[in-house]
Amino acid sequence: MATLETFYEVMRRQGITRRSFLKYCSLTAAALGLGPELVPQIVHAMESKPRTPVLWLHGLECTCCSESFIRSAHPLVKDVVLSMISLDYDDTLMASAGHQAEAILDEVMEKYKGNYILAVEGNPPLNEDGMFCIIGGKPFVDQLRKVAKDAKAIISWGSCASFGCVQAARPNPTRATPVHEVITDKPIIKVPGCPPIAEVMTGVITYMLAFDRIPELDRQGRPKMFYSQRIHDKCYRRPHFDAGQFVESFDDEGARKGHCLYKVGCKGPTTYNACSTVRWNEGTSFPIQAGHGCIGCSEDGFWDKGSWYARLSDIHQFGIEANADQVGATAAIGVGSAIAAHAAVSALKRAQHKGDV
Amino acid sequence: MTTSDDASDHTQRPVSTPTARFMKAIYVYEVPVRLWHWINALAITVLAVTGYFIGSPLPSLPGEASAHFLMGYIRFAHFAAAYIFAIGFLGRIYWAFVGNHHAQQLFRFPFWDRHWWAELFLEARWYLFLERRPKLYVGHNPLAQFAMFWCIGVGSVFMILTGFALYGEGSGVDSWQDRLFGWVIPLFGQSQDVHTWHHVGMWVIILFVMVHIYAAVREDIMSRQSIISTMISGVRTFKDSEEPADEEHKAPAAKSKTVPKASEPID
Repeated sequence: MATLETFYEVMRRQGITRRSFLKYCSLTAAALGLGPELVPQIVHAMESKPRTPVLWLHGLECTCCSESFIRSAHPLVKDVVLSMISLDYDDTLMASAGHQAEAILDEVMEKYKGNYILAVEGNPPLNEDGMFCIIGGKPFVDQLRKVAKDAKAIISWGSCASFGCVQAARPNPTRATPVHEVITDKPIIKVPGCPPIAEVMTGVITYMLAFDRIPELDRQGRPKMFYSQRIHDKCYRRPHFDAGQFVESFDDEGARKGHCLYKVGCKGPTTYNACSTVRWNEGTSFPIQAGHGCIGCSEDGFWDKGSWYARLSDIHQFGIEANADQVGATAAIGVGSAIAAHAAVSALKRAQHKGDV
Repeated sequence: MTTSDDASDHTQRPVSTPTARFMKAIYVYEVPVRLWHWINALAITVLAVTGYFIGSPLPSLPGEASAHFLMGYIRFAHFAAAYIFAIGFLGRIYWAFVGNHHAQQLFRFPFWDRHWWAELFLEARWYLFLERRPKLYVGHNPLAQFAMFWCIGVGSVFMILTGFALYGEGSGVDSWQDRLFGWVIPLFGQSQDVHTWHHVGMWVIILFVMVHIYAAVREDIMSRQSIISTMISGVRTFKDSEEPADEEHKAPAAKSKTVPKASEPID
């Protein structure tokens, strides 16, 4: 790590031809939704810029983000991304362990002060002074704060880091807290999903390296290029939704014919992600294509919205599990009965005072 | 203040003396207000029915997808009615500025007016059968105004904000709906919660409509002024001679002296 090679040098050293390199640049441009005129810009960046060190921390998480990441097909993580970025610390993937590993963290932080990217998978629990997640003998929240201090930007991998996900689901005993609520003075790119799509993860990193800036973010801090549309907007089953053709229950005729999964609780209409366009495992499939509704894993608090097989959310404030329709209909029946009773008493009263106004 | 039925009470009130009548009719609701009321009523009906079926769609249709467009039509009706509702509401706000003072009631919540609260509770007592007679009102009684303000004044704003935010999700990130209303979604957390609250808003308005229609019919029969016909003709008529509690009127002094002041206890 004495002198950092450029991306291109690393790729050539690994036996990748210039032709393959240019193809990769074109593919990356396409994956990022950029026009062909921007390919030379990516080529130039790859040829001239030194690799950016990335420190990848793990808090309360299940490593599904890492599992997804290493399956990226375009670009292929094995050949490109792990060479492209200088992934200097990732306790799941790195060879070193223990004190050796922690030493690397300190070294990179010092050497590339203000120039490294911090990628966070999982989130810090804040209850009991953060004792629910210990890394190297210290609470994870301390490590996170320390590394974030001199980072150029932070990537929140997955729904845990972005929104809290399962750790932060009610009642959240450890007070697991999303990264942006702990680190407030750095640009944070949220890449939600449980896990996020591999190509989305590598796409975000590639964009940041190639253009030396963070991608354009939406109101919730997610890259617009991947999170500006709902699953529903680009779902191949959308015509069945518009037609009013639904799966009423799994394994019915509609399910066999591939009708819309809305009525069995598909959260596609409320979920922003690229699943219906990028898909998973080299574009093989995605949940809806496999016949199961979207569970909305890239949305804030998706664990606490009631059943994954019901469209309407549960409203917890009523103590029991009830959705808007149940609450509303109950209230309507109550008010209706009250009106009927009131009308009856009114009529009686009126009869009692017949004659006077 | 009691609800006594004693005879002296009856004799005090000059109910049957037509000469003592305060005023037979007052023009209250101008044409735009009445027009808005009925268009709004229709829009709310369409919105509630189609909205319900968007949340809980009708049974699945057989055959080819290309042969149907049921959800499409339901959603179109919802969005079309929503535009009518929203534009009507804007027009109604405009009329609050240029119309008569009754047109402002929908948007006013006189929180600091102790007299208003007192009359609100008096009206509530009338509905709880604790009061012998309600007061006369040219406009809304305080209780009605309270419900109007929260359910239709605030309720419409809420439904328009959440509704257009949800509509903006479909029309895309750079649409004007998203630019103007998109901030609502992160405010609630995410899209799913906005859907839920929009749904709850529908039920609140349905409950309001139930109470509103019942109260209008009941008041028309049992109160001392016209209600239903007023929203058609615009004219409020009174069944007895007392002065309305909410009107600064220029009744002839000779006449007003013959009836008890509204500010005085009725019974």
